[in-house]
Amino acid sequence: MGFSGFRVIKEALTGHKGWGTLWRNPEPQAEYDIVIVGGGGHGLATAYYLASVYKQSRIAVLEKGWLGSGNIGRNTTIIRSNYLLPGNQPFYEFSMKLWENQEQDLNFNSMVSQRSILNLFHSDGQRDAYRRRGNAMHLSGADGQLLSQDDLRQMVPFLNFDNARFPIKGALMQKRAGTARHDGVAWGYARGADQRGVDLIQNCEVTGFRIENGTIRGVETSRGYIGAKKVGVAVAGSSSRVMAMAGMRLPIESHVLQAFVSEGLKPTIPGVITFGAGHFYVSQSDKGGLVFGGDIDGYNSYAQRGNLPVVEDVIEGGMALMPMIGRARLLRSWGGIMDMSMDGSPIIDKTHIDGLYFNGGWCYGGFKATPASGYAFAHLLATDTPHNTATAFRFDRFSRGHVIDEKGVGAQPNLH
Amino acid sequence: MSRIQGGLIDRSRKLSFTFNGKPYQGCAGDTLASALLANGVQLIGRSFKYHRPRGVFSAGSEEPNALVELSGGARQEPNTRATGIELYDGLQANSQNHIGSLSHDLLALNDLFSPFFAAGFYYKTFMWPRAFWEKLYEPAIRRAAGLGALSMLPDPDSYDRGYLHPDLLVIGGGAAGLMAALTAGRAGAQVVLADEDFMLGGRLLAEDTAIADLPGAAWAKEVTTELQSLPNVRLMTRTTVFGAYDHGIYGAVERVSDHIADPGASVRQTLWRITAKRTILATGATERHIPFENNDRPGIMLSGAMRAYANRWAVTPQAKAGDPIAIFTNNDDGHRTALALAAKGVALHGVIDTRAGAKSLGDYETFAGATITGSKGRKGLKSIRIAQAGRSEWIDCGALGVAGGWNPNVHLASHHRGRPVWDADKLTFVPDADSLPGLHIAGAAAGQGTTAEALADGARAAMAALSEIGLSAAPADIPRAGEEPTGIEAFWHVPGKGRAWVDFQNDVTVKDIKLAHQENMRPVEHLKRWTTLGMATDQGKTANVTALAVMAELTGKTIPETGTTIFRPPYTPVSLGVLGGGDSGANFRPHRLTPTHAWAESQGAVFVEVGQWMRAQWFPQPDEIHWRESVDREAKAVRDAVGVCDVTTLGKIDVQGPDAAEFLNRIYANMMGTVKPGKVRYGLMLREDGHAYDDGTCACLAEGHYVVTTTTANAGLVYQRMEFARQCLWPDLDVTLISTTDAWAQLAVAGPKSRELLSRIVDDFDMSNDAFPFMSCSELTVCGGLRARLFRISFSGELAYEIAVPARYGNALMERLIEVGQDLGVTPYGTEALGVLRIEKGHAAGNELNGQTTANMLGMQRMVSLKKDSIGAVMSRREGLIGDKRRLVGFVPVDATQPVVAGSHLITQGDPVDMEHDQGWITSACYSPHLGSAIGLGYLENGDQRFDEEVIAANPLEGVSVRLRVVSPHFIDPEGERLRD
Amino acid sequence: MLIPHPLLGLRDAQEFTYLGDANMMARPDPTGPDAEAAFCDYVFLRDNPAGVHRELWFHEQGDRSWLVVTRNTVTHEILSAELATDVARKDA
Repeated sequence: MGFSGFRVIKEALTGHKGWGTLWRNPEPQAEYDIVIVGGGGHGLATAYYLASVYKQSRIAVLEKGWLGSGNIGRNTTIIRSNYLLPGNQPFYEFSMKLWENQEQDLNFNSMVSQRSILNLFHSDGQRDAYRRRGNAMHLSGADGQLLSQDDLRQMVPFLNFDNARFPIKGALMQKRAGTARHDGVAWGYARGADQRGVDLIQNCEVTGFRIENGTIRGVETSRGYIGAKKVGVAVAGSSSRVMAMAGMRLPIESHVLQAFVSEGLKPTIPGVITFGAGHFYVSQSDKGGLVFGGDIDGYNSYAQRGNLPVVEDVIEGGMALMPMIGRARLLRSWGGIMDMSMDGSPIIDKTHIDGLYFNGGWCYGGFKATPASGYAFAHLLATDTPHNTATAFRFDRFSRGHVIDEKGVGAQPNLH
Repeated sequence: MSRIQGGLIDRSRKLSFTFNGKPYQGCAGDTLASALLANGVQLIGRSFKYHRPRGVFSAGSEEPNALVELSGGARQEPNTRATGIELYDGLQANSQNHIGSLSHDLLALNDLFSPFFAAGFYYKTFMWPRAFWEKLYEPAIRRAAGLGALSMLPDPDSYDRGYLHPDLLVIGGGAAGLMAALTAGRAGAQVVLADEDFMLGGRLLAEDTAIADLPGAAWAKEVTTELQSLPNVRLMTRTTVFGAYDHGIYGAVERVSDHIADPGASVRQTLWRITAKRTILATGATERHIPFENNDRPGIMLSGAMRAYANRWAVTPQAKAGDPIAIFTNNDDGHRTALALAAKGVALHGVIDTRAGAKSLGDYETFAGATITGSKGRKGLKSIRIAQAGRSEWIDCGALGVAGGWNPNVHLASHHRGRPVWDADKLTFVPDADSLPGLHIAGAAAGQGTTAEALADGARAAMAALSEIGLSAAPADIPRAGEEPTGIEAFWHVPGKGRAWVDFQNDVTVKDIKLAHQENMRPVEHLKRWTTLGMATDQGKTANVTALAVMAELTGKTIPETGTTIFRPPYTPVSLGVLGGGDSGANFRPHRLTPTHAWAESQGAVFVEVGQWMRAQWFPQPDEIHWRESVDREAKAVRDAVGVCDVTTLGKIDVQGPDAAEFLNRIYANMMGTVKPGKVRYGLMLREDGHAYDDGTCACLAEGHYVVTTTTANAGLVYQRMEFARQCLWPDLDVTLISTTDAWAQLAVAGPKSRELLSRIVDDFDMSNDAFPFMSCSELTVCGGLRARLFRISFSGELAYEIAVPARYGNALMERLIEVGQDLGVTPYGTEALGVLRIEKGHAAGNELNGQTTANMLGMQRMVSLKKDSIGAVMSRREGLIGDKRRLVGFVPVDATQPVVAGSHLITQGDPVDMEHDQGWITSACYSPHLGSAIGLGYLENGDQRFDEEVIAANPLEGVSVRLRVVSPHFIDPEGERLRD
Repeated sequence: MLIPHPLLGLRDAQEFTYLGDANMMARPDPTGPDAEAAFCDYVFLRDNPAGVHRELWFHEQGDRSWLVVTRNTVTHEILSAELATDVARKDA
């Protein structure tokens, strides 16, 4: 039965006895048409769109831990479509449009909140770069506005306008950007996929691929062998480890990104704000915590934890930008493992093994991509052709010289 | 104020404070919590979701309920635990998270509707109509959520950073920590002992047990005195070690002046980075409670906290002194609270013990095999219902202590994601001894919780830690102390129909856990995220293990099978002010000043941030109102006479050695090794992926001695890359590099009269065009013996030079040039005019060299030499790079009054303005005083073949669209005659 | 983190900047057959192991030496640090 306000009231009055499980705990079957490796946001979204849009059946999602334990379980929840390059921007705008209808589509309140994003700039050069980016957004049908310092003083008067090392000169704003409740997104897709017959199998770690004559046959797992006609891998953070089992080396390094949340506070910050003179981005959750982050620690890591210098660096940026947060307290910090790709952009592509598909390399921007990534990966798995918004996300773009390098820093992942 | 006998407070020093505006008095040594309890104040706060009335629940940093807002204008501090606030005279605290007064909170309506607010309810509703989420539902939720409020004013206090490198860091100053510090301190080791409290002693301050015939607190004081006398021991009270990082590095925050009524100029808090060879975790344990119906009322607290308030602060938590107190327990520790209270003459109703065979340890009643099944008293406990042998009875009760066993404080040991281990006898998680390299765990934190155990374990841990780093310690005499058995029997919650709170602050009840189970949110992370269990400001310190036990009961699994949660830093919340380290505002980054900064300042220059540098942007004259007037004048002066600009910020790298020429050939895309002494050559560097990286000049001062210049932005990076090539790729080349950016002040002297100007300061140097033509360089002296380097290079397209002198002479050189060039019209110019001049000349800069461009795009494809290898050469020949047809060209507006706007996208006339028809973008633009119109540079598809075509510069972002004519990027002197003149 | 600099002893990792896999020292022969393919692998592909990793750190706020540090990417334990020049000469 669906979720609704009426249902909440009815159940409240009858002791909540009627709520069923959000999803089943099925035993894995011997074989599926499509196996998705990875029950994080992208894997669950892929399964959902395979079943709902592409009408595929006999689908399983295999998850090593618990559903949503990928990076969807530990991010700063920002959604936006404010990219520069033609390989990226239409894809993220497609994602934004999916966000805008997500709750109604999934019948699950993932709290998509379009409270806007402000990308601050502090120099004429940065302004020009943001103008180029804002115009690219308009060219792909997204929204954007260039704000002056006066506009910002009205809108976010608590920023440090008068005693800043790098004065705030203005901002690129995207009103339709905002945040979403990250766990809710995973759960919404999981429940939607389960309702459409997808088997969501937790505590099932893939330990190998069975490949015969260059064609995938299935996967070895901690719960036994599972046959599959097609296997889609969506395990950002572990991509290199998993694909190494298929003999592949990837244009990816794993890095740790720390994220932070403060104690709960009454409404403080309206939308998302990013600092342009240091790496710091912040929003406030509906529960009241300031959710923020900055740079990756900068060294290869699978440890899911970071070190003190980056903690200090990020919060130093926060204090420089908005010194009114000094009396707030850091409640919790955590680390997630990012697939840092060689150009800062993702990969959604077939591999050289028939029937094995790959989705990864999201760097630290994978959350906002969740709906479109799932949709495009489902499209690829179902039709063997790339979705029209994801045609640039190919493996061979590196060797051919068609990188999608938003930052222009080249093949050094810790700079993206 | 009502106090019982004893305590560690100074009754002679009375402190005045206010709570919600009402004046009270406490004593020195009080916390805000103990002082409020002494004044009979039970109701202190409201819970997060249901806005239930709440009081003090604990006596430490685990406090979930008694959160207050400390007031004081910009110093307003929300969510502060009353149990951790050291009372000072004049302290003002207010309750938070309510609408209306604390006792009549309008949001308490939520409690009446609590059935609608079950775990995860918000995921199931608020979806229709779509637009209502941002407009209606979410704003309402956000207003109700949150806890305290920020003042929204900049934090006025200062913060500091400090670094310590002890042999041994001891975290926690209780029995185990003191014994460890004493053992190591006496052995001469460098010891840091950190404790979050303002007194050392930990639980000893809260107990009435004896150590070596002294009261525990007195023993702690004696040890503290001895430790203070040891020069190798640093005692840090009010210091919380909040995080364990790699390789023995711990983060700690010292609250330096939070407890001082008037701290004056003192820093508020200090962030310490402690790099310890070994660490002892002696953080003690936190008591857990036993959920029962309505167990969250003010007046219900942890039994150990109740004992602490009685022993240390001489207070009991009833609203009215004399109201009887009861204890609810599943182990002997609850009885010890009863004993302590009885010893101080407090009226006791008795101990309700879940164990069937429980017996009194003293003169009070024990209800064996009994539970508590309910409570009454909305704003303060009035009565409890005791159930025993199938019968239940309401009894009046002023306060209740709950003792559910103790959880070792394993948090720091888990910061590297090590999982604690379940101890089935002690019914608790104990840390894995090998959880963290270099860490020894001692005392109650290791599950060694009796006083005797803690003392012995602290000494043992210190010996073990010291021996690992090659220090020896004499075995300490371990003083006699009590063995306090717990005799705990598993009892996790009282079953019942009503709401029994597990996580107080976030209002998570046993029912919520049951609902999570029913909905298949059973993995511990799902449980946490679905119900918000353990996500409040206390991070579930008093809730998590109990919740696991409840879930385990529902799934039929054991507790360790059900899981543990991962502990993440910080141990307790840490102010963002201190984590920022005090480097905020204008001190966020260092200011790098150019050598002529003082002179420029004296001229009234306007400065601009260029990375960390502050550079003169323009030099306004008194009659100039608009910045463009100044910039136009400066640019024209360069074209017509001579200008001087400080260009020190450009990177300079000295390259020396027999193999320097070969090395430079491999670094630059073009042939560089053939540049002869006395000559300069322009060079392009690529990244190894083939994209353009940086450009600049390379001057050969002598055989095997070159000076490489880089852009300002890439000065450090190019040097790093060159060192990489030297050390990692070609270690056999005999070449040495040194960055000299800061060693030499470099001034650009540009304009038709630049030769004349410079000839006035050089010592015996032939400046003639024949002797020193374009792209020459030389070492020389100026101004009567000052060593200098002269380069004839031009960024502006005019006859121009750059002259370098040792940095300390830069300011004087600038003064001299201006002085001797007055009759020539010498004009200082800033970065803005510099930009105009280079755009007019069509020189690429940061906006063009943005890391996304290729040599082809810059029109420099022929510079990538085919005769040799260099960084990036192979990859620059890939299809995607060679096939890129965008070219750097110039633009002028068709209507000369129109602007050219950088960041506009270029569209072929007649094409729709969309991404598919995007033909490039404007990289740089300015007003050209020379041409009398705006001009721009930009990348355009096949741009080099489209001169004179009109294209659209679309700027939909700002709703503007301008027609531009494509022209050569060289707006000035395309043949390059002026600079060779 | 602390990096055991072979000349300077334990130094805080904050003094260093990080480049990545030490295989970046093995620049392919630009004149070899399939040089472009070899360079593509060299520039873009990484083993990215979960475990022992040899990697390059630059002592930027120090003696400006490049180090080859052997470090476990799961535990962050550092097993050794060598001067990259020494390693490069040995491998050459």
